[in-house]
Amino acid sequence: MDLFNIPANELIQHLINGLTLGAIYSLIALGYTMVYGILKFINFAHGEILMLGTYSGYFLYYMLCDPTKGGSYVIIAFAVSLLFAMIISAILGITIERIAYKPLRKAPRLAPLLSAIGVSIILMNLASLMFGTKSKKFDYPFDNTPIHFGDASITPNQIMILVVGLIMMVSLKLFVDRSRLGKAMRATSENQAVAALMGINVNSIISLTFAIGSALAAVAGILIAMEFKVYPTMGQLAGLKAFIAAVVGGIGNITGAMVGGILLGLLETFGVVIIGIPQGLKDTIAFSVLIIILLVKPSGLLIKNRREKV
Amino acid sequence: MLDFILLIVIYIIIYSISSLGLNLIVGYTGMLSLCQAAFMGIGAYSTAVLMTAGHMDFWLALLSSGAIAALCGILIGIPTLRLRGDYLAIATLGFGEIVKNVILNWDSVTKGPMGINGIPGPSLFGYTFTSMEKLPWLFLLLFFLAATYMLIRVMIRSRVGRALEAIREDEIAASAMGINIAKYKVGVFTTGAFCGGLAGSFFAAYSQSVAPLTFDFMMSIMILCMVVLGGLGNSFATVIGTVLIVIASELPRLLGISHIIPAQMNQILFGFILVFMMIYRPQGIIGRIKLNYGKMMKDEILHMER
Repeated sequence: MDLFNIPANELIQHLINGLTLGAIYSLIALGYTMVYGILKFINFAHGEILMLGTYSGYFLYYMLCDPTKGGSYVIIAFAVSLLFAMIISAILGITIERIAYKPLRKAPRLAPLLSAIGVSIILMNLASLMFGTKSKKFDYPFDNTPIHFGDASITPNQIMILVVGLIMMVSLKLFVDRSRLGKAMRATSENQAVAALMGINVNSIISLTFAIGSALAAVAGILIAMEFKVYPTMGQLAGLKAFIAAVVGGIGNITGAMVGGILLGLLETFGVVIIGIPQGLKDTIAFSVLIIILLVKPSGLLIKNRREKV
Repeated sequence: MLDFILLIVIYIIIYSISSLGLNLIVGYTGMLSLCQAAFMGIGAYSTAVLMTAGHMDFWLALLSSGAIAALCGILIGIPTLRLRGDYLAIATLGFGEIVKNVILNWDSVTKGPMGINGIPGPSLFGYTFTSMEKLPWLFLLLFFLAATYMLIRVMIRSRVGRALEAIREDEIAASAMGINIAKYKVGVFTTGAFCGGLAGSFFAAYSQSVAPLTFDFMMSIMILCMVVLGGLGNSFATVIGTVLIVIASELPRLLGISHIIPAQMNQILFGFILVFMMIYRPQGIIGRIKLNYGKMMKDEILHMER
């Protein structure tokens, strides 16, 4: 099968690359969509939470071991660092919400948005001040020789991204749909006042939402760090694209964020190979997708169009 | 020293034209736009290309630059402005990135990362403005700032301004009053983009060169800070905010300590301004001067009776 004059094996290769990229976008998009579902505002600092989480994981990882040596100890150190990054990110997310967003919960819409942008800029520049602007390499804890099948290949890291992404998304979906806390979360996003009347502690649910979203961002950050590098502005573009993914799927909808992320990852990869968009303009694809979605189906692919009511 | 102060004043005026435009969008109408620097970039590059490659007269290039920026404003305004405000913030953020990417990659026109040098100065009645002679520039720019300020003032005190403020306070109520929200939003966004384009054009003509990385996201944030610090929805306060922010960002250079203070400190300051102003003083340091609607109505009625 030769689609658009590209041999099938190359197509499979691009499909794998697109899926891994998409899985990362999905993980970040989940944080945006969960916060939007509950507080109805965009957490602009989400990308910076991702970046700081990744840095904390990076520092612990290199403090515990020398990844170039390999062995089972390195894998344990990696797992510990990943957990540490998630915890730091979660704490950071909760703190930011308490300091910069909570006082503005009843303010006009513009206020929390501006505050979030402020937080994002502070964190980004603090990081570049403390850690330097040079990007750092994050070594694989395992041997990353590609596995060949036919003419296509997949690296162990890509397999890990796909597996970790899948586990995180399925467990989050189960948590939100099945557990008591998940039910409280859905109730809070539906109507805060009524949820509070039903005995739900709205403040701690909001904190929980920030914690989960930020922890997922840390995972995505470490996965990005291994594929690419660690640097202070790494959260900016990734965050922006993940937000677009959330909008594509329908913001506020958890399944939507997952679908949107995968879709965007595939579109970006195939946009370059099939339509022949130059590499320099690759980032433009995501924004064009955003504009098209806003024109055609502004509520996103998975949500029914709904008129705004008083 | 005097030269340096004049330079700062010139920057203040150029940024003021841009921030007044942004204040129309963010302050009066309540839409968050994060690409004012991109509009300035479009204006600056239009002027640079039209004047160096197209050999166009500055005044014609100035108008064309404003018009091109306004056109871009319409293009991104139409899809996003029918929706809630948050989408505009993201769409404008993305638009800013696209503009930067296009400028960097469109080598045949923008000369990519090199930027464009040797933009001729504007001439008026046989006199040619150059960056060396700062005082004539100052007066020229001051004239344009005054014109922008007065035009915005007239606009805000008219039916249009009241419609915009109604949209900011409550969109649904405003549309129930018969205000065509989409039309006003696109209109005001375009006007703001036009102001940004003009400011960018002056920026290019004054510095006689443009570089692609000047007009980045941080510059948009800086302009946003000017509006927020002075006070949302108050043109005079916006100018004051601009004065403060430009001085704050140039102060290290003025005192000769720019090598001690890293560039990031400035941006951290901008971030803190945004957070603190929103939490503790959302109306800005000067605050919104309440319009006296009662008096205005009376004047209008008297006017009609006559």
